[in-house]
Amino acid sequence: MPRIGVFVCHCGSNIGSVVHVPEVVQFASGLPGVVHAAEHKYMCSDPGQEMIRQAIREHGLERVVVASCSPLMHEATFRKTCEEAGLNGFLFQMANIREQVSWVTEDKARATKKAMAVVQAAVHRVVGHVPLQVGTVPVTPATLVIGGGVAGIEAALQVASSGTRVHLVEREPSIGGHMARFDKTFPTLDCAACILTPKMVQANTHPMITVHAWSEVVEVSGFVGSFKVRIHHKATYVDHQKCTGCGACLQKCPQRKIPSEFDYGMMNRRAIYIPFAQAVPNKPIIDREHCQWFQAGKCRICEKVCEAKAIDYDQDPAGWTEEVEVGNIIVASGMKVMQPTDMKHLGYGRLPDVYTGIEFERLCHASGPTEGHIVCKTGGVVKAGGRPPKAIALVHCIGSRDQQHHAYCSRVCCMYALKYAHLVKEHVPGCEVYDFYIDMRCFGKGYEEFYNRLLREDVRFVRGKVAEVTDAALYPGEDGRMVVRVEDTLVGAVRRIPVDMVVLCSALEPAEGAKALAQTLHMGCSSDGFYLERHPKLAPVSTASAGIFVAGCCQGPKDIPDSVAQGAAAAAQALAMIMKGQVEVEPTTAHVIDDLCSGCQICIPLCPYEAIHRDEARRKAYVEPALCKGCGTCVGACPSGALQQWGFDDTQILAELEGILAAR
Amino acid sequence: MRTYAYFPGCSLKATATPYETSLLDVAGALDVEFRELDDWNCCGATAYFSIRETLSHAISARNLAIAEKGGLDLVAPCSACYLGLSKTNHYLQEFPELKRRVDGALAAGGLAYGGSVRVRHALEVFVQDVGIDAIEDRVRKPLDDLKVAGYAGCQMVRPYGFDDAEVPVVLDRLTAALGGTPVDFPLASRCCGGAQVMTNQPVALAMCRELLACAEGRKADVIVTTCPLCHMNLDLFQGKVNAAFGTSFHIPVVFFTQLMALAFGLQRTGIDKNIVPASPTLAGLMAG
Repeated sequence: MPRIGVFVCHCGSNIGSVVHVPEVVQFASGLPGVVHAAEHKYMCSDPGQEMIRQAIREHGLERVVVASCSPLMHEATFRKTCEEAGLNGFLFQMANIREQVSWVTEDKARATKKAMAVVQAAVHRVVGHVPLQVGTVPVTPATLVIGGGVAGIEAALQVASSGTRVHLVEREPSIGGHMARFDKTFPTLDCAACILTPKMVQANTHPMITVHAWSEVVEVSGFVGSFKVRIHHKATYVDHQKCTGCGACLQKCPQRKIPSEFDYGMMNRRAIYIPFAQAVPNKPIIDREHCQWFQAGKCRICEKVCEAKAIDYDQDPAGWTEEVEVGNIIVASGMKVMQPTDMKHLGYGRLPDVYTGIEFERLCHASGPTEGHIVCKTGGVVKAGGRPPKAIALVHCIGSRDQQHHAYCSRVCCMYALKYAHLVKEHVPGCEVYDFYIDMRCFGKGYEEFYNRLLREDVRFVRGKVAEVTDAALYPGEDGRMVVRVEDTLVGAVRRIPVDMVVLCSALEPAEGAKALAQTLHMGCSSDGFYLERHPKLAPVSTASAGIFVAGCCQGPKDIPDSVAQGAAAAAQALAMIMKGQVEVEPTTAHVIDDLCSGCQICIPLCPYEAIHRDEARRKAYVEPALCKGCGTCVGACPSGALQQWGFDDTQILAELEGILAAR
Repeated sequence: MRTYAYFPGCSLKATATPYETSLLDVAGALDVEFRELDDWNCCGATAYFSIRETLSHAISARNLAIAEKGGLDLVAPCSACYLGLSKTNHYLQEFPELKRRVDGALAAGGLAYGGSVRVRHALEVFVQDVGIDAIEDRVRKPLDDLKVAGYAGCQMVRPYGFDDAEVPVVLDRLTAALGGTPVDFPLASRCCGGAQVMTNQPVALAMCRELLACAEGRKADVIVTTCPLCHMNLDLFQGKVNAAFGTSFHIPVVFFTQLMALAFGLQRTGIDKNIVPASPTLAGLMAG
C-alpha cells in the first residue's frame, strides 16, 4: 500500500461554509493507506501548495489527493506542486467537493457525508495510479487563420509581426468581414474604414502573410504542432498574378443588374466584380452564374478590354486545392446577422422602409445605395434623392433575448442603435428618433457616457418591446406611414407612434456553415451554435482541441474592441506555442494491449480524432498518441478490453466506484 | 363526393343562419357532403376553457367522441368551435392528467375518445381538399370589380391554424378564384374583440373600429369573414361603433360561403339578411 496524503480545501467559504472540513480530514486520516491528512483555507495559494510540498517530503508521500474544486480549474496546478516536491504529477488525484458537493448541496450534514464519499473514491483510485511522462511534439512555425474579418486580420498581423508565417483564409472575395460595411463605430464615432482599410492592406502586403481570399478550409488532418490543412480556392476566372486591378473590365461588363451581396441586394454589381471599392485583394472575380460568356456563349468583353491578358475563362470551374502545414489554427470565422423575415408582425420584407441594422449601416455609408443620405425608398427602390424620413424607429432585441428565437443578448445592438440615433439626428435635421428598448445595455468603456450624450440629443427613448409595425392607419397623421404599436412600460400605456422608417436591430447568429467548420476542426459548439471556448475565464480563446484557438464573433456576439482583443489574445497563444518550438501532449491517451486485440476494427470509425489505424503487419489496432485526445470512446467500445487509457484503466475506475459506494 | 362530419355549433343555428344555408348550398355545389353530428352539444366557446378547465374540455371531448365513431374528419365552420375542438384535441394529447379526468367524464356518459379525429375548418376543407381550381371552375358569376378585405380573424389561425398566423393568405386566394380583387388588409388576423362585446363593450368597439377603418382606408367593398363572432361584431355592432366614435362606416360584412354562393350563382346567399346593407358594387353583383 503506497503512502497517501489527503489535503482538504475550504476554498474560503465556498466549501467551508457547507462542508464541515475538519470532519472530512478526520475521516480521511482513517482511510487505508492515508498517512497524513490536513486542511487549508486556500489550498491553491502559495502557502497551501507549500504545505503539500512539505508534507510530501516530511511524510514520504507516494500519492496525493487534493479535495477542492473541479480538475478543470486546478488539476494542472496541483500536479505541478507534486512535481516540485519530486513526485510524478500523475500520482495525484483531485476530489471535486466544490462544484459537485458544496455548490449543489444545501444540507450541511449531507454535504459533509458526500464530501467524505468523494474523498474516499479518490483515495481508493489513487492507489492504482502509475507515473506517466508528459510527451512533447515539435511545432511547425506557421499559423492558419480562418476568417478575414477584423478579429482574423488582427490575429494574422500579430502572429506575422513576429516573423511567423500566416495563412489567412477568407471565403468571400475580399477580407474585411462585416466591419468593412460599417460607416461609423461606437462610441467614438470614428470612421470604420479609416481603422480597417489600412489593416486590410497591411495584411495583404505583409511578407509573412498569405491571404487566400475566395477560398475555404475543406480538410484538416494531423494534430497540434503539425496540422495539414487543405485550402480550396474557388475559381475566379481572372489570373490575379497578371491582373493589375485597373478596373477596365468592371466598367465594360454589360451585366449590370446583379444584386450585390455586399450591399444586401440594395445595389447592383456586374458579372465581373470586386465586392466594394476598398476590397482586398483589389482584383475582380467572374460570377459564372451571371456571366454572358458562360451562360450564353457570347460576350468576352472583359477579355477584350484587359490589357494585362488576365481573364482566364478556361480555369477549372471546380477551382483548385492546395495543402499547407501549420503548427496551430486560429478560428475567426465570424457571424451572420439574422434575417427577421419570419417575424411578420414587424413588416420586414412586406413594408418598404423596414431595414435590418446592418442594411441601415449601408444607408448611412457614403458608398452605399443612397450615397450616405438617410432617405425613404422611391418607388420601392433604395436610392439617393428620396424623401427624408420625418420619424425613424430603432427597435432593439429583434430575435435576441427572445425565447422564440435566441435566449442570448447580441451585445452590440444597444450601442449601434445609439450610434444610429446620433447619425440620424446629424444627417436628417428635424427627424424624430424613437428608440424602443427593453433594457439599455451600455457596458463597455465610454458606452454609458455615449448613452448620456444621446439622452441630451433629444432622442425619444421608449422602454417596451414593439408588438407590431403596421401600415393600417387609424388616426390622422398615420396615413401613408408606418405605425409602431408598443407598450410603453414607463408610461404604462399602449402607444401608436407613426414613423417613416424602421430599423430592426436583429440578432447576431453563428455564421453560415459554422457547424460544418466545427466538424472539420473537431471543435465543440455551445447550444446556441457558437464555438465553445475551453474555459470562459481561464482559457477564453482556447478550445477543447489542442492548438486550435477562437477569436471574435464565432465564439459569441461581441463588438469590435472585444473581437480585436480576442484576435490578439489568440495570436499570443499561438505564438507562445511556436516560440517554444514544442508542445506538451497529455499522456492520458488510449493504448492497445496487443495480446487482447483481435483486430476487429470497431474502434477505428468511432474515434472522433481519427487517431486509430490498423497496423497491417501485426493486424492490430494502433493509437497514435499525438492524435489521441483521451476521450475514451474507443476504450468503452472495445469488446475485448484491449483498449485501455493511461490514467483511466479499469482497476482505477473500479476502485473509484468502490470507494464512493463503500461510503454509503 | 367528399364526406365530412359536420359540427354546426350554436351560432350557425341562431345568429348566423345565413352562414349555414350558404355553407350547405356551396358544399352541395362542390359535391361535398356535411353530415351533421348526431346529438352534438355546445363547443364550450372560448371563455369557458379559462374558467372550468376539466368541464369545458369534457363537453368539447364529447363532440369529438361522437365524431370518432363515424371515422370522418370533423368540420367546424365557426372559428371559435374550430379553436375549442382543436384545443381539446391537443390538450388531451399533451396533458395526461387532464385526459384521465376527461376520460372519466366521458365514461360516465358511456363514451370514450381515442384522439383520432381531425378537426378542420370549413374554409380549409374547401380550399385544401376541394381545391382552388375546382372552386374556380364552379364560378358562374365572377365577382368582377368587387374589392374584398379578407378577414381571417384570430381563432382560425392561432395557435392551431392552417394559414399563416400573422399574414393569412387563404381568403385572398379564394377571393381571387371567385373573380374578385383582394385588397391588402394588414389587420387580417387581428382580434375583433370577440365576446368582449358583451362584457367590456368599449374595448371591443375600439377593436372593431380599427378593423373597419382599415377596410375603409383600403377601399374595400366588403369584408369577408370566417367566423360568426367576427361577423356579429363587425356587422351588428357597426352602428354602435359609428355612434361611439363619430365615424360613418357602412361596410357590408359577409361570410366567405356567401361570397362563394354569389359567385356560383346560387339562389340563397343570405346577404340580404345582413344588418349593414350591401354596398353598390355588391348589390350590383347580387342583382346581375
